[in-house]
Amino acid sequence: MRLEELRTKLGYQGLLLGGAALLTSAALAFASRATEADIKAAEAADLKQSLSQVLPGEYENDLLKDTVTLPGKEGNVLVYRGRRAGRVEAVVYRVTGHGYAGKILCVMGVSREGKILGVRVVSHKETPGLGDKIEPAKADWIHAFEGKYLGNPPLEKWAVKKDGGIFDQFAGATITPRGVVNAVKGGLEFFDGNKAKLLDEAGEVK
Amino acid sequence: MNDKYARITRDGLWDNNVVFAQMLALCPTLAVTSSATNGLGMGLATTAVLVVSNMVISSVRELVSPEVRIPVYIVLIATLVTLLDMALNAWVHELYKVLGLFIALIVVNCAILGRAESFASKNGMADSALDGLMMGLGFTASLVVIGGVREIFGSGTLFANAHLLLGPAFAFLETTVVPEYKGFLLMILPPGGFMVVGLLLAAKRVLDQRRAARTALVAQEA
Repeated sequence: MRLEELRTKLGYQGLLLGGAALLTSAALAFASRATEADIKAAEAADLKQSLSQVLPGEYENDLLKDTVTLPGKEGNVLVYRGRRAGRVEAVVYRVTGHGYAGKILCVMGVSREGKILGVRVVSHKETPGLGDKIEPAKADWIHAFEGKYLGNPPLEKWAVKKDGGIFDQFAGATITPRGVVNAVKGGLEFFDGNKAKLLDEAGEVK
Repeated sequence: MNDKYARITRDGLWDNNVVFAQMLALCPTLAVTSSATNGLGMGLATTAVLVVSNMVISSVRELVSPEVRIPVYIVLIATLVTLLDMALNAWVHELYKVLGLFIALIVVNCAILGRAESFASKNGMADSALDGLMMGLGFTASLVVIGGVREIFGSGTLFANAHLLLGPAFAFLETTVVPEYKGFLLMILPPGGFMVVGLLLAAKRVLDQRRAARTALVAQEA
């Protein structure tokens, strides 16, 4: 009965709310500390895995540690570099496409010669069942980029078929693949424009 | 005693189903049911939160005064969802990558607050846990059915990509219902969700009415 009486007091409400907030914040703070390291490790493993998908083969260095940041068309671009015998053999960086429902984040790997080694979509909000065919788990479409470079196909053919290019669009979804194709094309132009810095050869005399 | 549990089970699964009777949680329902697999993922994640939140709220129900119960419940539910989100992200990262999208949506699922308010705050812990489980399973079943209908008509498949959610062992669930299907975009987009929910709701009403008529007839004859 004491509790019944206490519950009607004004001070009790404040204490109850304060107590609930304090307890839950403490639980969250504790959980956040307990999970932080594991979440970071899982995300790093994720990143490594997606890097290795667009950069097939072995590299002698830790990709996550050999990075360079360069200004791109949409803000700074963080570039990971893979080396063999000290020479940069391939680079990986993010490009952003504009799809039907917001941004499409992709990573692309480009070889020293400027050829695409692979492209993967990291995150997107496209229509499930239509636009999500850009994911390799759902369709093979994204593999069409492999081995392509600026010049093969020629610049004006870097588009979906509907726009006179060579890349397939999906039935019912054109904007999504168009966004990805444009992003990849932009990524190759970024590579072309920053080749010396990307390949770490600014100081070398050719 | 057994009657009570049977009642809770029936309520959760059919009579008082979250989507088709209470008409709650329609926002996440319409958002994620573009395929049966998505519906299943959202349903299972919600069930887990519902069971735990019902138990926690039932255990503190004596302490919480009626005047401030809503903010207290909301803080508790939001905390539980955030804890689940962090735990999955840290320790079951593969599952998190599939379910991650749904977990944040659970906070705004009014069905959870609804059960806290109308059941857990008035009943014991075991009853509340069962209520959470049954409401959750009823919700899951509704989402799978809505998602299944939309998926079959929208893209001609059923349980596509189930292996991403449940593991490779469940790849057998994935079926192509209509081969060479061109797709029916409307069903995948939100309007299709409204239409399917409406039609299924009507179907459930018809079933319920027929059953009521039959029991009335039996009662008359007896």
